[in-house]
Amino acid sequence: MIRSLNNGKGYLWSFHTFVILYLVFLFAPLVVTCVLAFNDSNFPSLPWYGFSLDWFLSPGPERIGVFHDSQNLRAMVTSVQTAFWVSVFSVLVGTCASFLFEQEEFPFKSLLYMLMLVPLVIPGVILGISQLLAANTMGFALEDMFGWDVGWLRPSFWLVVLGQFSFITTFVTLVVSARLRKFDRTLEEAALNLGANRFEVIRYITLPFLRSAIIGAGAVAFLMSFENFNTTLFLVGSQPTLPINLYLQVRDGSTPVINAISFLLIVGTSVLVLFNLYVSRKAE
Amino acid sequence: MKQSRLAFWIFLAPVLGWLLLLIVLPHLDMLYMSFRSGNFSDPGWTLANYRTFFEEPIYWLTFVRTATYAVVTTLFTLVIGLPVAFYIAKVVRPRLSGALMVLLLLPFWVSELVRVYGWMILLRESGVINYFLLKAGIIDTPIEMLYNDATMIMGLVYTSMLFMVVPLVSVMESLDDSLVEAAYDLGAGKLCIWRTIIIPHAKPGITSGCIVVFMLSLGNYLTPNLMGGKNSLWFTEQIYNQFIASFNWNQGSAFGFLLLALSSGIVWAGLKLTRQKLGEVAS
Repeated sequence: MIRSLNNGKGYLWSFHTFVILYLVFLFAPLVVTCVLAFNDSNFPSLPWYGFSLDWFLSPGPERIGVFHDSQNLRAMVTSVQTAFWVSVFSVLVGTCASFLFEQEEFPFKSLLYMLMLVPLVIPGVILGISQLLAANTMGFALEDMFGWDVGWLRPSFWLVVLGQFSFITTFVTLVVSARLRKFDRTLEEAALNLGANRFEVIRYITLPFLRSAIIGAGAVAFLMSFENFNTTLFLVGSQPTLPINLYLQVRDGSTPVINAISFLLIVGTSVLVLFNLYVSRKAE
Repeated sequence: MKQSRLAFWIFLAPVLGWLLLLIVLPHLDMLYMSFRSGNFSDPGWTLANYRTFFEEPIYWLTFVRTATYAVVTTLFTLVIGLPVAFYIAKVVRPRLSGALMVLLLLPFWVSELVRVYGWMILLRESGVINYFLLKAGIIDTPIEMLYNDATMIMGLVYTSMLFMVVPLVSVMESLDDSLVEAAYDLGAGKLCIWRTIIIPHAKPGITSGCIVVFMLSLGNYLTPNLMGGKNSLWFTEQIYNQFIASFNWNQGSAFGFLLLALSSGIVWAGLKLTRQKLGEVAS
């Protein structure tokens, strides 16, 4: 049954086999995508025609590698910019929310806490359409009342940032709160007794304690924003993010360039995840 | 104390702004829109958007279908996830279990689109699996393995696996080994141990995993859209069509609200049945 008991060989082996099959199931699509990015063929499929870096480096005209593919490069830059702003905003507001929920007492606190958790159970598509509707309503109202034409309230870069921010902040809050709960509040009292004010306490004592959690939450926010599809789909304007742009290409037929981009994404994500793991291990 | 009040307001203001402007108001707006007529010459309150849903079989059939398939997906995810979680928490050597955990988490940080795309090049007619089957002489003509319901469910299981395994592993880790040992010494069989000790202990993890997987499958757009066939419509696609293709935002809002009601209703019922709170499940 468990490792301390004497298990039958057959039992153990069936378990090992099951988990190995499961790992194959997990990794097969990723491995195949990566391998085919280096196939010297015009289609992302077998047979294998030899190793080639064309889908990364070729300047065209027959084959255009990722690094010369202006449309995909632009989408990548848009995604990085979106993820950057989403992480900045969600870390700022999420940290405030953790302080609010962990260290302050006020009426309706549990109600507000429930409300903070709500984005966890709203499907991404619904979040997208409701924000699209609200931004549209607000845009019309501003135009009616003041004659202002607010561009970012139409599907646009900033609307995507707001849409992703609205649910990623919840995850940041949960990560930072978990760390803040372990904080020894007598340290704060000591500092207050020594004459520090609340902001000095936060700046010199609490924030350094939270640093690794905040960095980790920021990395999580960055990744979540970078890969988001469902919410972004409804808010995206003329600047598609990478997942949206890839989706359009996959739907209309695929080329090995998509494999090359996927390869870069897989490598980039793994590096960021391992870095995050390293930071959080160090903090423990 | 005065400074502390100031700090309180500094924490509260952005949080309130976020929750009210980006969560509460948009959903109220969606509810409001769903009861408005889309007719510009005669705007007013109406139930027509909801009536359309119940009168057109394609809409409510898709709705029921989506819910059913999301349940099926959840069950499959649970059946696959349970042994994996048990293996990581209880069977494998402790040093290996950390590494295995990282290995399990990694794929899920990669964009869902990349993972679905990987399955597409594996499964399609000119795909990798067909290539090997042909080479091995098992089949003569390639089989189209994409664009059917079974593949779509497989894809949904794949994309939401992580959200089942993580809560299950943490709940398994909290199981006291000596309980299993005692049962074993008293002569209980494996099935009996699973039924009377492991499953009851893992119940909170099972519930939270099921809730999250169900919700994610219900609201998924990408996987059903790319892996499901022409006939395997998903309710989110209906919402998308109303919003982007037909530009009928009022109808789309009604659909959106129905989906939201379904998903929160099921989540609520799941929590009530197992006597858990959303806050506990989330953390």
